[in-house]
Amino acid sequence: MAGGDIAAGARITATKASGERRLRPYLMFIWPALIVSSALIVFPWIFTIWMSLQDWHIGSASKFVWFDNYTNLASNRRFLEAVGHTMYFTVLAVFLPMVLGTWAALVFHKKFAGRGFYRTLFIMPMMATPVAVSLIWTMMFHPQLGVLNYLLSLVGLPPSQWVFSPGTVIPSLILVEIWLWTPFCMIIVLGGLASLPTEPYEAALIDGASQWQMFWKITYPLVLPFLVVALIMRTIDALKAFETIWVICNGGPGTSSETMNVYLYAQAFAYNQVGTASAVVVVFFAIIVALSLVLLWARQKAKWN
Amino acid sequence: MSKMSITRRGALQGAAVLGGLAAPMLNTLTAHAQGAFDWKRFKGQNVEVLMETGPRADLMKKYQKEFLDQTGITLGIEVIPEQQARQKVAIELNSGKPSFDLFNFAFHVQKRQFEKAGWLHDLTPWLKDPQMMPAEYELEDISKMGMGFSTTSDGKVNALPILCDYFMVYYNKELFAKKNVTFPKTLDEMMVAAEKLNDPAAGVSGFVGRGVRNANVVLWTQLLSGWGQETIKGTKLITDSPDAIASGEYYKKLLSNYGPKGVVGFNWNEAQGLFMQGKAAMWIDATGFAAPVEDKQKSRVVGKVGYGLPPSGPKGHGSVTFGTGMAIPKASAHKEAAFFTMLWMTGRAMAGRMLQVGGGVPFRSAPLKDPAIISTLSIPKEWADCANGCAPLSMSGLPVIVPVTEFRDTLGTALTNMLTGADPGAELKRATAEFQPVIDKSEQG
Repeated sequence: MAGGDIAAGARITATKASGERRLRPYLMFIWPALIVSSALIVFPWIFTIWMSLQDWHIGSASKFVWFDNYTNLASNRRFLEAVGHTMYFTVLAVFLPMVLGTWAALVFHKKFAGRGFYRTLFIMPMMATPVAVSLIWTMMFHPQLGVLNYLLSLVGLPPSQWVFSPGTVIPSLILVEIWLWTPFCMIIVLGGLASLPTEPYEAALIDGASQWQMFWKITYPLVLPFLVVALIMRTIDALKAFETIWVICNGGPGTSSETMNVYLYAQAFAYNQVGTASAVVVVFFAIIVALSLVLLWARQKAKWN
Repeated sequence: MSKMSITRRGALQGAAVLGGLAAPMLNTLTAHAQGAFDWKRFKGQNVEVLMETGPRADLMKKYQKEFLDQTGITLGIEVIPEQQARQKVAIELNSGKPSFDLFNFAFHVQKRQFEKAGWLHDLTPWLKDPQMMPAEYELEDISKMGMGFSTTSDGKVNALPILCDYFMVYYNKELFAKKNVTFPKTLDEMMVAAEKLNDPAAGVSGFVGRGVRNANVVLWTQLLSGWGQETIKGTKLITDSPDAIASGEYYKKLLSNYGPKGVVGFNWNEAQGLFMQGKAAMWIDATGFAAPVEDKQKSRVVGKVGYGLPPSGPKGHGSVTFGTGMAIPKASAHKEAAFFTMLWMTGRAMAGRMLQVGGGVPFRSAPLKDPAIISTLSIPKEWADCANGCAPLSMSGLPVIVPVTEFRDTLGTALTNMLTGADPGAELKRATAEFQPVIDKSEQG
């Protein structure tokens, strides 16, 4: 009935109004949090975007140049190469630790003597400081004095130039990433495996399923949400990788391992080009956000129904 | 009761008496302003010093109590690694409120930037003021190159030099003797010697040096000095001249043919490591590396190392030189006390101590000739003689421009490309064309 609807509508409006009246005194308590988050998050972002529109070198006057820094980046050979290196590095630095981490998680999920000890041993690289680890790897990579070429010689293989050659530098850096981050992927997947129900496996055993069938049809779909979490975190981390690349080879030889982050660092802190560096930050952030959105969409898809 | 009254005569007499009594007091108060140099003049002040990690910072920290006793000035010395220190200095000076009153910096990296921005205090009047400048400082003992580094393009002194690094040849006498090779005096002889000494089967390289981007530029400019050329004329790059290309070809041949595998990624530390293990016959680098080379705990070539002047080239003979100095920010609130600290840090006594521990060569000649210092050196006298011999050959190894790091990166990439097979002429022309607009822009800005 129309009259009843109007009355009900009026009641809802009245309730809303009285709710807002009750809420109004408390709204002021939001302000401190709002001010702090604006100062720490929103302002730096606005300032970065503003700086990216300036031609600004530390020690000189700045000039508003609209989108010149962005258009220059689009035709800058070194920056475009850095984007390519970032993608190459990220794909390998995500895929290999993920595969090896999943495999390690499956191994450590089984019960065997000394499992706790070996698990602890396995996750130790993750606890080390990346800079310290990088310094040690730098020494190990030395083509003449490093231990890696000595190990190769023991099995009759020729020496490699590791990070001292443009052709092998990124795969060598990936070796460090694998060593550092495989345990991280393993821990997340292991957590997922521990939470799986046992009933589907019991039913599969009764039905005579093989080990591979049980992995592919039960374990993999059930552990997929955990894999996606690891994938998101590892991708963001790999995109932002800096310490290992900077300490081990400084983005070299030449610029053959220079990623966006390393390029950004050079622009900001070596060349003092604040405007260009800010434009790189904005582009870099856009890439990370876009990739994260794709991965979050994948996570939604992978959720248990 | 008599009535007291003030007459004009009485007031004048009283003022004269009071003036007479006050005169000695005024003399005492103004003694500092009119008298000789006094180290205690600024006692009670606190000076914050920012230094780069290294032996000179260790030495200053070790003797800071001595300075406190001498001057009454308290020092707060912050020591951070070179790269971080450079960033911190630029950012804080730009902010207008630096946290330090005195800092050390590399002339070849930041001199032009500081000069253009006008961040440093002008020391010129103090250098001529006997109350600010003690005679014992011996300003005239500082080399022409050192004072040149400290002087701006308009003739003002805004820093004082502390240490310099000449480029010299380190060579393994044992390997030379084994192959019956004599020390090369020219670049041609050096190439022949490197070929003879190169023995990959024995794991020995004929030559080792910087190949990695950025760091490699200074080895190349050392070779370029053999063609009597530097990298820039005014604000015009001359890094693509026929002589520059010839030196690029020499660099490529020397390192590619007689250098170790992977030399394209070698900085000074990798080169030093190889030389110290007895795996390289010759190494060209800065004077400051003698101390670790002669350290029995770290080196296998102690007692076998010779130190020689860089070989001369077809058109010239030079030793590229890099310097560090100390400066006071314009924004410092303790400029005078900071200047006294600077005098102590860059003075003769500390220069001698630095030399004794192998921490570096001062821009002064007196400590290098002082028998009391030379006899107590922790490294061979041959090294000190060689450093002294490099002084007259001194040439600038890098252009004095603001974007010097970018210059090193751009030219350095060209050099690494040469080592991986690219043509020196094409690479140097490309790098020069790419970088000239950067210089033009920085000089306009």
